[in-house]
Amino acid sequence: MIEVEINQRLGDFQLDVGFSGDGGVTALFGPSGSGKSSVIKIIAGLTRLASGRVVVDGTVLADGKGRHVPPYRRRIGVVFQEARLFPHLSVRNNLRYGRLFTPRDQRRVAEEPVIETLGIGHLLDRRPATLSGGEQQRVALGRAMLASPRLLLMDEPLASLDVARRLEILPLIEALRDEFGIPIVYVSHAVEEVARLAGKIVVLEAGRVARQGSPADVFRIAADRFAIMSVVEGRLGAPDDAFHLTPIETPAGIVWLNGLVRPLGRAVRVLVHATDVALATRRPEGVTIRTVLAGTVADIPDGSGPSVTVDVALQGGTRLAASVTRAAVAELGLEPGRQVFALVKSVALDERPL
Amino acid sequence: MPELSPDAWIAIALSFKVAAVATLWGVPLSTLLALVLARGRFPGKALFDGVIHLPLVLPPVVTGYVLLLLLGRKGPVGAFLDQHFGIVFAFRWTGAVVAAVIMALPIIVRAIRLSIEAVDARLEQASGTLGAGPVSTFFLVTLPLSLPGILVGATLGFAKALGEFGATITFVSNIPGETRTIASAIYTASQSPEGDAEALLLSVIAAVIGLAALVASEVIARRFRRASS
Repeated sequence: MIEVEINQRLGDFQLDVGFSGDGGVTALFGPSGSGKSSVIKIIAGLTRLASGRVVVDGTVLADGKGRHVPPYRRRIGVVFQEARLFPHLSVRNNLRYGRLFTPRDQRRVAEEPVIETLGIGHLLDRRPATLSGGEQQRVALGRAMLASPRLLLMDEPLASLDVARRLEILPLIEALRDEFGIPIVYVSHAVEEVARLAGKIVVLEAGRVARQGSPADVFRIAADRFAIMSVVEGRLGAPDDAFHLTPIETPAGIVWLNGLVRPLGRAVRVLVHATDVALATRRPEGVTIRTVLAGTVADIPDGSGPSVTVDVALQGGTRLAASVTRAAVAELGLEPGRQVFALVKSVALDERPL
Repeated sequence: MPELSPDAWIAIALSFKVAAVATLWGVPLSTLLALVLARGRFPGKALFDGVIHLPLVLPPVVTGYVLLLLLGRKGPVGAFLDQHFGIVFAFRWTGAVVAAVIMALPIIVRAIRLSIEAVDARLEQASGTLGAGPVSTFFLVTLPLSLPGILVGATLGFAKALGEFGATITFVSNIPGETRTIASAIYTASQSPEGDAEALLLSVIAAVIGLAALVASEVIARRFRRASS
């Protein structure tokens, strides 16, 4: 449980941010310069809080009135954008570093499961300089975990990696989240990352909280139709090896994902751009679209532009935004309560971040 | 081939003893000073920096004279140490060590300071977030990463201490077997009509030792650069 309230001037930048988070991942999301990293530094104690409060698990770490617990007494782990491994220590000793300073009765995270989850067992005797960027970041994740922190901060941990490495590490962060139960505050400007990881998203804009809520709520609201996204959740089914597709089973139907994604049964989220969704009043035939989800129209906002974002309630309750022309809405006679089928192009979906 | 006199051998041995002890005291002291200069922020830092480097620009005889005034038996510090601890520096080889430490300090501090400043402060920050306090971070991160500079500083400081003359002879004089180092022995030999050969030989020895130290420090620095890249 974390509670953050910051009212502070940093140079010529005013930061006014308040949010709270419970277990799981709380994402700070926003463009660069929106103040995300400053918030992380204040929570970690690397920047002194001038006014506000930082409370973790009921302990006040900083109150802007003279209370400032130094970073090394906060037991808050940080994974930085750069791995920041100690170059003079082996991977093994990097991993064990935080343990030295963790009181025996608070060493909740054991070495083996972390090393196994991150797949770094074969690197233990190497020096950081000999590791690839992705390997370094995996070791940095392990190092932070093994200090058994009560909160883990991640400041754009994937930003300096290429797409393939991100794909490799994102599931590891998911696994850490699910297996070790340490709450995480995750900073990123990548929609796919936060949508996949976070239970709660805090959107920062120019030093303020623009909105906050679940991924599904946060991304459904945007002025620009290309920025409107829905989050659909389901479980991975058995991949179709011949055609390189993986089904995600949802109550409204099967979402087909590009590529072979495992393991079977894992809960996953996909982001669906509103502009990639079409609506039909009958289950269509003779189209190339593979993903057909059943639901009813929940809302059609009034508007005068050429397009409109229709809010569809899928079977099972998930909301899906579909950006369609007003002309089509009129022609099909779409109105709230009407049964529809949402069509999503499978090629628009995959699990790849970015 | 001229032979070295037994006195000259004693001077060489004494020089090594003085330089070794001066290095052992000077390096930890310099590391502390370098840390303060590299990471500390306090008013009067430039002045503090200047005082440490003063022996570099003062005539060595002035440094020696100041030491004599302060640490001599009748000097304020010297009298105190003598009365309370029975420690006497004046005209003792230990005084030669003090003079050598003071004269070598600027060189050692500079080498170590550059090395500490080259340590990525973000690593120290990471160490803090892993629970290490400032002292642990210094010994586990900053110090090991500054090791090349410390070794270079130690080597250069050793060479400087070995060759120190002006401050030493002013502070502790030129007593055979007690404070007559290589440099003082050369000076003595050069002042006597028959001493030319010995002065020359000792000079060559001093030059060889100095050069060896410079080469050693360069080799150390290069090896570390290669190891860390």
